[in-house]
Amino acid sequence: MATGRSTQRAGSRMGPPADSPGDGSGSLDGLLAAKEIVIACGPGGVGKTTTAAAAGVMAALRQGGKVLVLTVDPAKRLANALGLEGIGNTESRVPDEAFRSAGLKPRGELWAAMLDTKESWDALIRRHAPDLQTRDAILANPLYKNISGRFVQSHDYIAMERLYEIHSDGKYDLIVVDTPPTRNALDFLDAPQRLADFFSSRLLRWLIVPYRSRLVNVATRPFYQVADRILGTQFLADISEFFVLFQSMHDGFVERAGAVQRLLSDRRTTFMVVSTLEGVPLREAEFFAQELTSRHLHLGAIVLNKVLPAYLQGSAAATVAQAMKDRAEELANSLAPTLGSVDTTLGDVAQIRRVLTEVAESFLNFRVVALREAEEKSQLGTVPEVLATVPFFDTDIYDLAGLVRLGEQIWD
Amino acid sequence: MTALLDLELVFVTGKGGVGKTTVASAMALLASQRGKRVLVCEVDAKGDVSGFYEAPPTGFAEKEILPGLFAMTMDTEASLREYLKLHLRIPVVGRIGPLAKAFDFVATAAPGVREILTVGKLCFEVRERNYDLVVVDAPASGHIIGQLAAPQAINDLVKVGLIRSQTDWMLDILSDASKTGLIAVCTPEEMPVNETIELAVRVKQETTVQLSAVVVNRVLPELFGRHEEVVFDALTTAGPTEDLAELVGGDPAPVLQAARLAVTMRRTRSTHLERLREGIDPTVPLLYLPYLFTRSHGLRTTRQVAASLGEELGY
Repeated sequence: MATGRSTQRAGSRMGPPADSPGDGSGSLDGLLAAKEIVIACGPGGVGKTTTAAAAGVMAALRQGGKVLVLTVDPAKRLANALGLEGIGNTESRVPDEAFRSAGLKPRGELWAAMLDTKESWDALIRRHAPDLQTRDAILANPLYKNISGRFVQSHDYIAMERLYEIHSDGKYDLIVVDTPPTRNALDFLDAPQRLADFFSSRLLRWLIVPYRSRLVNVATRPFYQVADRILGTQFLADISEFFVLFQSMHDGFVERAGAVQRLLSDRRTTFMVVSTLEGVPLREAEFFAQELTSRHLHLGAIVLNKVLPAYLQGSAAATVAQAMKDRAEELANSLAPTLGSVDTTLGDVAQIRRVLTEVAESFLNFRVVALREAEEKSQLGTVPEVLATVPFFDTDIYDLAGLVRLGEQIWD
Repeated sequence: MTALLDLELVFVTGKGGVGKTTVASAMALLASQRGKRVLVCEVDAKGDVSGFYEAPPTGFAEKEILPGLFAMTMDTEASLREYLKLHLRIPVVGRIGPLAKAFDFVATAAPGVREILTVGKLCFEVRERNYDLVVVDAPASGHIIGQLAAPQAINDLVKVGLIRSQTDWMLDILSDASKTGLIAVCTPEEMPVNETIELAVRVKQETTVQLSAVVVNRVLPELFGRHEEVVFDALTTAGPTEDLAELVGGDPAPVLQAARLAVTMRRTRSTHLERLREGIDPTVPLLYLPYLFTRSHGLRTTRQVAASLGEELGY
């Protein structure tokens, strides 16, 4: 199995024990060197995908070994940067050339793959189906098509399932996985258990009872009488056919779901919660961090993204801005000669006054937000081993160099 | 196209984190301020809506939280209970437990069952004319299609039965562009814009609902006119900056740097705005809401957003 990074691993295991909360002073470098799986999670719209990719790029660059970034829904340009355009489910290596042209020389290999829900479900069915006939019947079933394509929670399970599959191949030293956007950030944690429950449920047994014996069975009759009136007999028959087929895969599925569940709580796995310092996403991220801890899952890092720069908080600067706003007219008069001497078109007093006012007001506006963010950060209830902050970049991140720029902020 | 506030059922969606709930809350508030009887329904059940009005948490039973403004939280089990009571006249109380469980179970596998209970309840309120306008804080854009397409999906899968007969009238309401509309919320950033453009295509192809507007949230203000930026550039050079420092008695560098950041941020974002305009059918209006430099979120912020939305709609 992978040995490329084993020496570094041994060294970095010196840190605090995995289950104790930290003080946020650890480094992502240390965390990633000690783990095999990093699961990036958190509310939507906070830059989860980009942060996960940046962490993977940094590990490949600085630590070496084979690193895989398993992503769910990357922006087009990010997919491009990782060479994922049109590739989908198969893992592909980000060519060294891509690093070289960004002026970078990676110690290890960076691989990337995108999660294709439908394709992954099909692969799962192929693996677990007892025979070809069942396999084809399931793949062609209209309910299955809907489940694999549309059914919301199917994404959650399949992402974890793919992770398990890739990890058990042993091909990679480190896998960084980005989680799908969910209604509830916890959905994907529960997905394996829910799937197992689903297959073991008494209700499932009801549904696969042959139609005729349903109406004779005293226990199930009331249910069917009502269900028939609501859903119609044909639909119920379709559903039951589907479940009969699915039932044939029961053991394989349940066993697998259990293995996926164990992998999540394995000591080689850690979670990286990504959030911004906006109130609503932060509450969600905090809840998630607490939930991880209470389930004895390893919360390794919290990354706070898109944070306004610290210089916006300065009170001396605020005094200057206030003065610029209050005394704009007077200041413009004093500055006009100097500016006008550079270029006569720059000496217009009214224009200078407007610029001074705009600049000052903009600073004071952003300061309100920056102070609010600082306050939010200081009130964080759960602090893991690593607490990193990423500043608001003034441009989008769409290439390897950009990912490194972000990565460097969270690395040491 | 029917004016936004004259619709009867409006779904508000968008990528996570763009301010979907803010816009839904503000729109409902605006409509109620303009004299309409409004129901705002939270489908995601994160419990945020009440926070935007600084009201106590809401449940399935609608509650008037401001004059003319009612709020509720969707609960599919409660919706099923209501449905059974209305249509089957089943003595519900005793049996709902296992039945709801069974439903939950079927819903896990059969697409659209859970969704139909949600959409059904909303359409019901519209059909009964209980409100002038129902605003739905709908699932995020990744999941909204499943929601809106549910009646059609059920219609395709279920050939007979009570559910089948129920989907027809829902489809009538959903496909009527003078009654029902979808609002996509986004921010001027890469992913939200991409997702909005993709959503617009899918809404057209996969649902019968009309995209009524795109709301662009958190638009940064333009600091300078064209020549003013030249003045600003000159101001940031060594000489003038030193003069300014002396005049105000402090270092203006962070203040100037912040303005530079604001200008670049706005510029990066404007390229995404252009892509958005190009990617969306020109007949769909784009409404712009400003970035709010506020301390926190609450009723005051919701009022501000409602006022901005009102301005954009020409009120």
